[in-house]
Amino acid sequence: MDIIEARNLKKSFGPVTAVDDVSLCVKKGEIFGFLGQNGAGKTTTIRMLTGVLIPDAGIVRICGVDILRDPLEAKMHMGIIPENGTVYADLTAEKNILWTAKCYGMDRRSREEKAKEILARLGLESRKDDLVRTFSKGMRQRISIACAIVHSPPVLFLDEPTTGLDVLSRRLVIDTVRHMNREGSTVLITTHNLEEANALCSRVSVIHRGKIIGTDSPEKIRKQFDTAGYIEVSFDRSVQGSMLVTGSISRAEPHGDKWRVYSDDTDWAIKALTRVAEQNNLKILSVATSTPSLEQAFIEMTEEA
Amino acid sequence: MDLKRFVWSVLMVTEKNMRIYYYKGSVVIFGLLFPFIMFLTFFIGRDLDLVLFFPGFLGMMLFFSASSTGPLITPWEKREKTYERLVSLPVVIESIILGDILSGAVFGFVITTLVWLAGSFLLHLSLTNPAALVLALLLGSLAFAALGTLLSSPATDTPSNIMMFSNLVRLPLIFVSGIFIPLNKLGDWAWTNLLSPLTYLVDLFHTAITGDGVYSPVIDSAILIVVIIIFASGAKLIQQHNLHNGR
Ligand SMILES: Nc1ncnc2c1ncn2[C@@H]1O[C@H](COP(=O)(O)OP(=O)(O)OP(=O)(O)O)[C@@H](O)[C@H]1O
Ligand SMILES: [Mg+2]
Repeated sequence: MDIIEARNLKKSFGPVTAVDDVSLCVKKGEIFGFLGQNGAGKTTTIRMLTGVLIPDAGIVRICGVDILRDPLEAKMHMGIIPENGTVYADLTAEKNILWTAKCYGMDRRSREEKAKEILARLGLESRKDDLVRTFSKGMRQRISIACAIVHSPPVLFLDEPTTGLDVLSRRLVIDTVRHMNREGSTVLITTHNLEEANALCSRVSVIHRGKIIGTDSPEKIRKQFDTAGYIEVSFDRSVQGSMLVTGSISRAEPHGDKWRVYSDDTDWAIKALTRVAEQNNLKILSVATSTPSLEQAFIEMTEEA
Repeated sequence: MDLKRFVWSVLMVTEKNMRIYYYKGSVVIFGLLFPFIMFLTFFIGRDLDLVLFFPGFLGMMLFFSASSTGPLITPWEKREKTYERLVSLPVVIESIILGDILSGAVFGFVITTLVWLAGSFLLHLSLTNPAALVLALLLGSLAFAALGTLLSSPATDTPSNIMMFSNLVRLPLIFVSGIFIPLNKLGDWAWTNLLSPLTYLVDLFHTAITGDGVYSPVIDSAILIVVIIIFASGAKLIQQHNLHNGR
């Protein structure tokens, strides 16, 4: 069964069409990535999926429950880290977690046990009695995550959870997402960071100007653009780029002290480069091949669309 | 919709409001100090019968205390960006509105009851109609907490704007509600009082304490109930609209 099911979602704000006919299906146990440039419509989509924004058209089902028909029941199944949402600065870290747990109807004992466990997991035990007002951005984000997972939700929505965090906090967030996924949560995460998506997600959707322009595993999306592979090569002397462009090598670009050589036949290109080096008496200092990154695929996809 | 779950969500919103907003400066100033100051300004240096005016004072106290938290909560949460998270919890727009009303009402109810107790003790007030007193405290606190929530509903993330706006609405009301001039002595301008919901609350307090209410307590109560429904529905309409616009 699809845990998150959205069909033909539409939303306009005045003349701006933020989301245009978006459909999504996320299966149980997946970590699903939602990629798109600034203003593509990621947050608007998530807000509709989580019942914070009423769509102009379309339906959303969470664990089979229609969010417009029965928002209370649907919301019980999810934990959310909103993009521009934070916890209460006037409550302590622990109180925020306990109150949220109470909202989800957890009994006192499990509330307290869970809060303790999560505070420890997120490294905030020593600050639990401090007002969130006194916390740094990264610490606030951790409390936000704590509140989102306190009831072990079957579905977890995260809207750019790592933006603006340092490496350590980012790692903590990623680890928590993985942990929740292992414990059975299905995750939908939006991010700008493609490497993050690549490392975390089993499938991603790319949204561009409110429309989904592709859904697949990160690897397959990358493969679609495999023709754009390149080789990085450096020589002991400086050379002309034009010397390198032969046969299947379509172009050569300087890249720091190296040349980046694009070809759709890497094997042939390496042999050709060796020949060029031999003929011109050049010494090859290094050669490295690279398949296109998800980032490149992403840029090409959105340029094509 | 599951009724039990809905009631729970209302209580949770109420609990959150009580923990956070009772201690905000503007609530203390406009909800507690302000009506006292108005009262003192009016009475100091005049030779007036305090007992006669006490029902009006109680009405003003309840009016200001109950309607003070409401205008603060939603704009505050929008500015602090906790609103987005609140809406994503298992609550619906009605839970937020009722929770906001309830927390304002409890504040007004408790404060005004204490003031009444203190007044009764100091001025040796009588109590001619206990039922009217209970109705006045209950319905009055709900009605004006609902007014506060309605005032906070327009989309804005600037609490000070809303506080200003709400005082612009609240201040004129106390002059046309039989607080400083008894209803039956108002002459030509008496009709203006009929438009103010506060009139009926003050009248109910008169019935309860001095026994000289102008209207029957049933009419006063019925009007207050209608007022609660109008204010709460207005708040719901506006906030539902905001939910569509993503504000
Ligand atoms: N409440 C709103 N009122 C008016 N326009 C809005 C509103 N919310 C979003 N938009 C518009 O909808 C479009 C999509 O915005 P959205 O926030 O969904 O993008 P996003 O993909 O999350 O971008 P980012 O990566 O910057 O967070 C934008 O053009 C934005 O200006
Ligand atoms: Mg966004």
